Amino acid sequence: MSETAAVDREFLPAAVGDWIALLKPRVMTLVVFTALIGLLLAPGHLNPVLAVTATLCIAVGAGAAASLNMWYDRDIDAVMRRTATRPVPAGRIAPGDALGFGVTLAVASVLLMWLATNIAAAVLLTVSIGFYVFVYTMWLKRRTPQNIVIGGAAGAFPPVIGWVAVTGSLHPMPLLLFAIVFFWTPPHFWSLALWANADYQRAGVPMLPVVAGAKETRRQILLYTALLLPLSLAPWWLGYVGPIYGAAAAALGLGFLVQAWRVMRDRQDPGGVSLTGDRPAKAAFRYSIAYLFALFAALAIDHLLA
Amino acid sequence: MPLDMTELRRRQRGRNRALLIVLLALAALFYALAVVKLGHYH
Repeated sequence: MSETAAVDREFLPAAVGDWIALLKPRVMTLVVFTALIGLLLAPGHLNPVLAVTATLCIAVGAGAAASLNMWYDRDIDAVMRRTATRPVPAGRIAPGDALGFGVTLAVASVLLMWLATNIAAAVLLTVSIGFYVFVYTMWLKRRTPQNIVIGGAAGAFPPVIGWVAVTGSLHPMPLLLFAIVFFWTPPHFWSLALWANADYQRAGVPMLPVVAGAKETRRQILLYTALLLPLSLAPWWLGYVGPIYGAAAAALGLGFLVQAWRVMRDRQDPGGVSLTGDRPAKAAFRYSIAYLFALFAALAIDHLLA
Repeated sequence: MPLDMTELRRRQRGRNRALLIVLLALAALFYALAVVKLGHYH
């Protein structure tokens, strides 16, 4: 065939970037970072090669879950502006290929985790992938406004898996890290849902603003942020970490509370819909990402300086 | 929209190179894992 011959777009193989996009690389950075902190804080020693492999497995496991999420949610992704350009709804990757990619990576990441570390870490990785795919994506997401509250557990596993990869057992400290990410997830996602409300409404996803309205969502954001502050201080109160972390957690938590308060007090109509283009909610969403990175970075700094 | 073959070849090349990198990285990783794991028995 000559190099100038024409070929239909549908016969073009997906670009490498499309396969990477299936793994939700931006979410993966947070997963890898929190997993690394779990590995770092755990007592004991893990060979660096095994630690890198464990981190890789957690990252690939998260990517596999994301790929399976995009396979299952392709119908609602297609009608949401924020997700319509993803590789599956945009037609650049066939749904079956995304499914096969996700299953292969999930199985490979779990087996490699078992081989490199221990069976407890492999089981936890399996549970986290299964929780995201079956509990969050397939069961909760389209049924209840509590979808991201319960589903948030899936994103809270990485620091626990990192810890267990080193020790082979659980401890209150990784459970506290789990709880912090768990309580961080609702204000993070509901801030996004406030300004992406029309998208979720169009797709029929019962996010809190769609079901309970923007006013109630603003109240819930403030409530969860207020709960998160004392919870984030618990590792310091219980003596698992030092004052550097304690001070950082207090400052960061107060900052998050200010953001949540601004979301609550945003200029709005009687239904709670923003009259400012949801500027405070967008700011709170950005802050929430920086908050989690900074909080876990403070854990690492505190640990290394202790 | 029809696209020329150059784009098709470019994508095939990109995918092949990515696969090569992944396979080489996996071979290196398994080698390192074997060295570390076998080291425990000596």
